[in-house]
Parts: sequence; C-alpha cells; structure tokens
Amino acid sequence: MASIQYREIEGRSGAYLALLGVLGALILGGLGAAWTMEHQGHHITGMSNRIVWGTPHVFAVFLIVAASGALNVASIASVFGRELYQPLARLSGLLALALLAGGLAVLVLDLGRPERLIVAMTHYNFKSIFAWNIFLYTGFFAIVALYLWTMFERRMQGYSKRAGLLAFVWRLVLTTGTGSIFGFLVAREPYNSALLAPLFIIMSFSYGLAIFVLVLMASCRWTGRPLGELVLKRLRNLLGVFVAAVLYFVAVQHLTNLYIARQYEVERFFLLEGGVYTVLFWGGQVVIGGIVPLALLFGTASRRAIAAAAACVILGGLAQLYVLIIGGQAYPQLMFPEKEVASSFFDGVIAHYAPSLPEVALGVGGIALALALTAVALKVLPFLPKSLADGDVEPAAA
Amino acid sequence: MSPDRRQFLGWGAAAAAGTALAPVIRLIELAQARSPQEAASALQRWGLLIDITKCADCDECVTACHEENGVASLGRPATDAQWIRKVGLRDKRTGYAQTLPLMCQHCEHPPCVDVCPTGASFKRDDGIVLVDKHTCIGCRYCVMACPYGARSFVHEAVSGQKADVPRGKGTVESCTLCVHRVDRGETPACVEACSRDGGKAMAFGDLNDATSEIHRRLKREPSGQIRADLALNTGVRYQGL
Repeated sequence: MASIQYREIEGRSGAYLALLGVLGALILGGLGAAWTMEHQGHHITGMSNRIVWGTPHVFAVFLIVAASGALNVASIASVFGRELYQPLARLSGLLALALLAGGLAVLVLDLGRPERLIVAMTHYNFKSIFAWNIFLYTGFFAIVALYLWTMFERRMQGYSKRAGLLAFVWRLVLTTGTGSIFGFLVAREPYNSALLAPLFIIMSFSYGLAIFVLVLMASCRWTGRPLGELVLKRLRNLLGVFVAAVLYFVAVQHLTNLYIARQYEVERFFLLEGGVYTVLFWGGQVVIGGIVPLALLFGTASRRAIAAAAACVILGGLAQLYVLIIGGQAYPQLMFPEKEVASSFFDGVIAHYAPSLPEVALGVGGIALALALTAVALKVLPFLPKSLADGDVEPAAA
Repeated sequence: MSPDRRQFLGWGAAAAAGTALAPVIRLIELAQARSPQEAASALQRWGLLIDITKCADCDECVTACHEENGVASLGRPATDAQWIRKVGLRDKRTGYAQTLPLMCQHCEHPPCVDVCPTGASFKRDDGIVLVDKHTCIGCRYCVMACPYGARSFVHEAVSGQKADVPRGKGTVESCTLCVHRVDRGETPACVEACSRDGGKAMAFGDLNDATSEIHRRLKREPSGQIRADLALNTGVRYQGL
C-alpha cells in the first residue's frame, strides 16, 4: 500500500467562508424555529395528537441512519481489509460523527421539553428502546472518536482494526435500535415488524454512502485534489448494490403484508389509495430513490451521473422516511375491526398533516449543522488525502 | 319541665350529637381511604366496566372529565387535549350503530410504560397508569405506542389548572382514572356524571375485590377488552361490544 498523505483543507477562500456563512444561517434558522416551537408550543407546527412525530423526525431519523451508514467506508477498509478504502476512512468516521450530531440536535430540539435532556440522561427505563438509544448514540460518538484516534495517531494504528471492528458491530446494533423504535410498536399496523431493523441497516448503507460520495466529490473538487476513477468506480458499484438491496427489502416488506389479511388495508393505503403517501412511495421512494439511481449508476459512467444518483438516493431516502414515519401515523389505528369509526379525536380517518415552516427549518438546520461540522473539521485536522488519483490509492490495482 | 323546654333540650341534644358524629363519620371515611403517605397497593386493581348497550348518545362523561381535570378546548381540535372521547361505531355490513366512551385503558402491561425512556410513564401498584409531569421530556413515544390513541400531547400553554391535576405544555397526558378522587375514596368524575346524568353505563371499582359490584358483574356477565388480541389485560372492560 502506498503511504497516504493527508492534509487539512486550506479553508481561507471566499467560497469556503461563503459555504460556512450559508450553513451558519441555516443553523440559526433551525435554532430560531426550535425556539419558536418551544415558546409557542407544538400547535404552530403541522403536528397534532394524531401525527405526533412530524418532519423533524423525518430529518432526524434520516441523519441518524445515514450517520451509521457513513461509517461503512471505514469499516470496509479496516474490518474487511480492502486497502482501496483506507484513504477514505478518516472522512468516513468524521461524517459519521457529524451526521449523528446533526440528527440528534434535531431530535432533541423537537422534544416537548428539550431543557429536560438532563432528565433523559439521569432517569432510565431500560425496557425503552429510546433509553437504549441514548447509550447507543453516546457510545457511538465515543467509539468512533477512538477509532479516528487510532487512524490519526501513528502509535495507535495497530489498534485500528480492533477499534474498527468494535465500531462496526456498534453501528449495526445502533441501526437495529433505530429501526426497532418503529418495529416494536405493536399497536400500529404499518410498523410492528422485525423486518424494520434489517431494513434500516440497509437503508443506512445506502443513505450514508450517498452522502459520503457527494461530500467526497465536492471536497475534492473544491480543494483541487485529484479523485481517480478507481475510487469512484468502487463507490459507484457499492452504492448500486445498496440501492438495489433497499428496494429488495421494501419489496419483501410489502409482499409479506400483502399475504396477511389483517394488513390488506394498510397495503391498499400505502400502495394505492394513500394520496400524498402513495405518490411519495412510488414517485419518491421507488422511482427517484431506487430506479433512477440504478439507471444512473449502471447506465452511464459519468461523474455527474454518480453525483446525481447520490442526490436521488438522499431525496428518495427522505421520501421513504416521510412515508414510513408520517404515513404510518396518518393511517388510523385498528381498534374496532369491521366497524366504521368516528370521533372528535379523528379516530377512523386518515389524519391530516402538512409540514410547517418551523419543522422544515429545524430539519434543514440539522443537515446544515452536520455539513458545517464536517467543513470545519476538514480545515482543522487532516481528514482528506492529498490525492485520490488512481496511482496514489492502490498502485497494485492501478 | 315544660314540654317546650323538653323539646328544646331534645333538639339541642340531637344537634350536639349530630355535630359530634359528623366528624366521626368523616373520620371513618378518611380511615377507609388511602392516606396520602400510604403507597398504592397491588392488592387493588382499579378498573371500569362500561355497558355500551346503556351508553346514551350524550357526552356527560367527557364534559365531567374535562371539567374535573381542567382540560379546556382551545378551539383547535387537532391539537386540543382529550382525556376521554365518545367514539361512534357503525357496522360496515349492517349499519348497526353504537357509541362508547374511550379513554386510557389502564393496561396491566401498558405499552406506553414500556417505551417511555425516562420512566415518566408509569403504572401504580393499583393498576392506574399515569405520567410523572416532572420527568416527561415530551418525546411522544408513548403516544406512538398506545393502541387506543388515549394520550394527548400538550401543544400549547395551559391555564385554569386544578390543584390536584398538574398539566404542562410540552408533556404528554391522559386519563388518570381521577386518581386524586380515587385516593380520597371517591369514584372518577366520568362515572359519577354517567350515573347522575347519563345512561348509567359506567361502573368503577376494584377488580380484585370479590365483594365489589364490578367484580361480581365481571364474574356473572360477558365482557370484553378493546384489542384483546394484544393481551394487555386492560383495567377498562366493555359490555355489549
């Protein structure tokens, strides 16, 4: 393996400062939205007693799921010993931390009482998957930080593989926990499936890699560092496999439901008659998030196509989580089979929900926070290799 | 002694006895009720039995509950808290219509308690499921988990709170089975209102107490639970469903 040289980005250009300025403004927008929501109460959002988790949860879950997936590139390098990925491992670890920080910020700021976060840190109900997740998330920060240290510190490099293995196992457990938040909800027909845990893991592979590819391409391009075909081709193939795997899991999930009489109505809702949720499922999740990226990744060879595919995966992922989280709540809970149900609490009807500005601003603020943390870290520490040109990354394979 | 004088003394004695006895009777009441210091006991399992064949097309229970607990509508139906609601049912095939009150079912295995990260959602030993308003962080996971849609998230600042019933913006709440009344040896406000002004469809009592009306009726008559398939063993039972 060629010795890889890493270098901080210069971070003095007008474009860099402008990027930080824009991200900073979006972060401020998110904070302002959170402050307004806490001050006024959640009634100013699109959320209600029927849709208690709204757009902020879509963004938060997306970022948290993507965070664990972004670590995959590092895992492939150190756990599975693929040396081509080694130069990318530091950026992979950094993105994992930054995306998780962005996601958790959104999640916490959307709480009814965010100032009581200390309560969540001191009172635990260990039967709650949320309580496990508090440990899984904080543990993820610590383990990935340790893993990065073994990558940066020459004396620690001997421990890198072990730290990488621990981080890899931890991230699988973490995403299992995130999927199980929904999977263990026995009372809601659209969730309530053990399949959600592996589905979330494969979603994380896909979303995390899509973000990684875009950040890598942008940072190499904007700092004038070469990014060879060899690396890109591998990432492209990997992303293609992940996108196809997500489609496969989604297909299995729906086919299973189509075989269970109790779930017919749920499937009719999501696949045929669910209005915006049906449109987002087929148009957003399946076409934009699945078929288009596959066509772009395997149909053409251009860099622009790879970037467009990654962007489509991100949009499709947001659509998928919107359908799952919000559509899953909009669908009425089954309490009285074979009865038409009506009440002042909107029982028995599809709940209305429209995203509000504060919710979107908070979610976008979380993405901006993740990107800003990444941009600043790239300037402070040498995360990026000086060159990812074909000859520099794997002379043997070149 | 003239009869008038005797009569006066008699009345006086009766009044004195009455005045002396009233506190004693009150004391007996208090002695029977649980003291605030005494922990709730698993010997009891409080519950409701609702005969929906008697459930009238009224909302006396809803009005009484919300009055008792200081739950006021702010004219925003999607976000207003509702601790109890009337649900109308119509059979899809025959059109047979029924109505019933729906509230927290006070499950023996409450999913809301399982999912609560901080333990704010909890079940007392006597089966009453509550939210600790001091440790609820407003994550709404319990709302996601409840099979009955029984919980409300407080979407805006509340006013006119009752001393016995703390509420607060940004936390989750639901029917407390009028725990403050139960602890005083009284019945929940909905049951009282239904018996007084409604269809006399609701009964409250200790499911464990073989001498209670609710226990005797559950022993004699058919009854059911909503979503019995989930095996949550609800404290609220229905007849005529």
